[in-house]
Amino acid sequence: MSSYQCPVCGYLFDELRGHPREGFPAGTPWESVPDDWACPDCGVREKVDFEPTAVCSGGGHVTCAGQLTPPGR
Amino acid sequence: MSSTATEALRTPSWTDRKRYLWLLSMIVPLVPVAGWGLVNATGLRLFWWFGPMFIYILMPLADVLLGRDSENPPESALAWLEQDKYYRWCTYLFLPLQYASMVCACRLWSRSDLAVVDKIGLAATMGMVSGIAINTAHELGHKKEHAERWFAKIALAPVLYGHFFIEHNRGHHVRVATPEDPASSRLGESFWQFLPRTMIGSLRSGWALEARRLRRLDRTRFSLRNDILNAWLMSVVLFAALAVAFGPSVLPYLLGQAVLGMTLLEVVNYLEHYGLLRRTATNGRFEHVQARHSWNSNNIASNVFLYHLQRHSDHHANPTRRYQALRDTDGAPQLPAGYAAMIVLAYCTPLWRRVMDAKVVAHYDGDYTSANVQPGAAKRLNRRFGRPVSADQRRSVA
Repeated sequence: MSSYQCPVCGYLFDELRGHPREGFPAGTPWESVPDDWACPDCGVREKVDFEPTAVCSGGGHVTCAGQLTPPGR
Repeated sequence: MSSTATEALRTPSWTDRKRYLWLLSMIVPLVPVAGWGLVNATGLRLFWWFGPMFIYILMPLADVLLGRDSENPPESALAWLEQDKYYRWCTYLFLPLQYASMVCACRLWSRSDLAVVDKIGLAATMGMVSGIAINTAHELGHKKEHAERWFAKIALAPVLYGHFFIEHNRGHHVRVATPEDPASSRLGESFWQFLPRTMIGSLRSGWALEARRLRRLDRTRFSLRNDILNAWLMSVVLFAALAVAFGPSVLPYLLGQAVLGMTLLEVVNYLEHYGLLRRTATNGRFEHVQARHSWNSNNIASNVFLYHLQRHSDHHANPTRRYQALRDTDGAPQLPAGYAAMIVLAYCTPLWRRVMDAKVVAHYDGDYTSANVQPGAAKRLNRRFGRPVSADQRRSVA
């Protein structure tokens, strides 16, 4: 399970938790999210702009684009 | 909390000179009460119209007299500024004052000894408050906190504009400065042409966005889960409660002030992105929104009353950023006056075109075809600005 972060406002889409209000229940894979789905917090970046993140040992999320290969790329 | 986070939250040496000026924003919801007081103090019934006087005369005058303020908080102060809860209270307190004014207005509308023309004046005054309340809702509705999004709905209820915070955040911000956005005005489009286009288009778009979300949830759009319907229901309950408390005679005035409030919001929408256009990138998507896609102004009076709305480029770059932390952006297009004066200009199409069409064309180095052009306006724009010269032709002339 991976997480993806909006580069503008820091909103995090975690596949484990999904975003039920937006219609993506817990466990929704990132591939199932439509490409034109805009960040639900800031609205100025879409799914294709999101950056993959890794959950670090400290508990915080760190963006590490380039380290993880996002699906479909 | 990590040491960097603590560092970011420590009070910086920079002090915010506008800190206490934000309290002035609470004058706006009190304008109807001030008008009532002025009528009683002077005996002049004209002051029932104090709201339009405040917005169309006093605010532009204050913009001229108080001048501009381009001071920016340093990058290091932004986190500290955003977490200081004092600033959010300045927006929260707008709401009880807005509602108190509305109750006072209903009390006055229900009086039989007040002339109809005075009641209409009071509705116009209340409409100005409702219009500015959409701006307060705008500030609140962009925030990530659940409570603030609720406050946004509460501020929108008296102006029947509950769909705004769906369409604005998920529609307008996504498609701003493109021909697809009903809330971005086009070069050559008058405010009077824009008004029905934005009102109908934004409503349709907001509804479609909510319908799409509910379809993903496998739910019907006709339920209280629909954020547009539950926001409108809040308006219905509010108006019904006021009609029960003060009599049904208040309803036409309530409706009138709501319509006026909507048009005040839309005239501000009209001037925020007039003629500006995002280019299409090679992947077929519109380029990301840049500073050059919003009209800005540093006039301090309008900025204080509108929570820095005029620092509009930074708002579109960082929509969740709190108003006190918004910055004047280098290279952002500047309006010739504050939003308050530009509103008055927008009502008068020939004057608006004289000033703003030239501004837009200058912004695009004389080539109006690079702007977001209103279909059918090309002939008139050709007459005034000449046929556009292609980049190749310009190079060969040089």
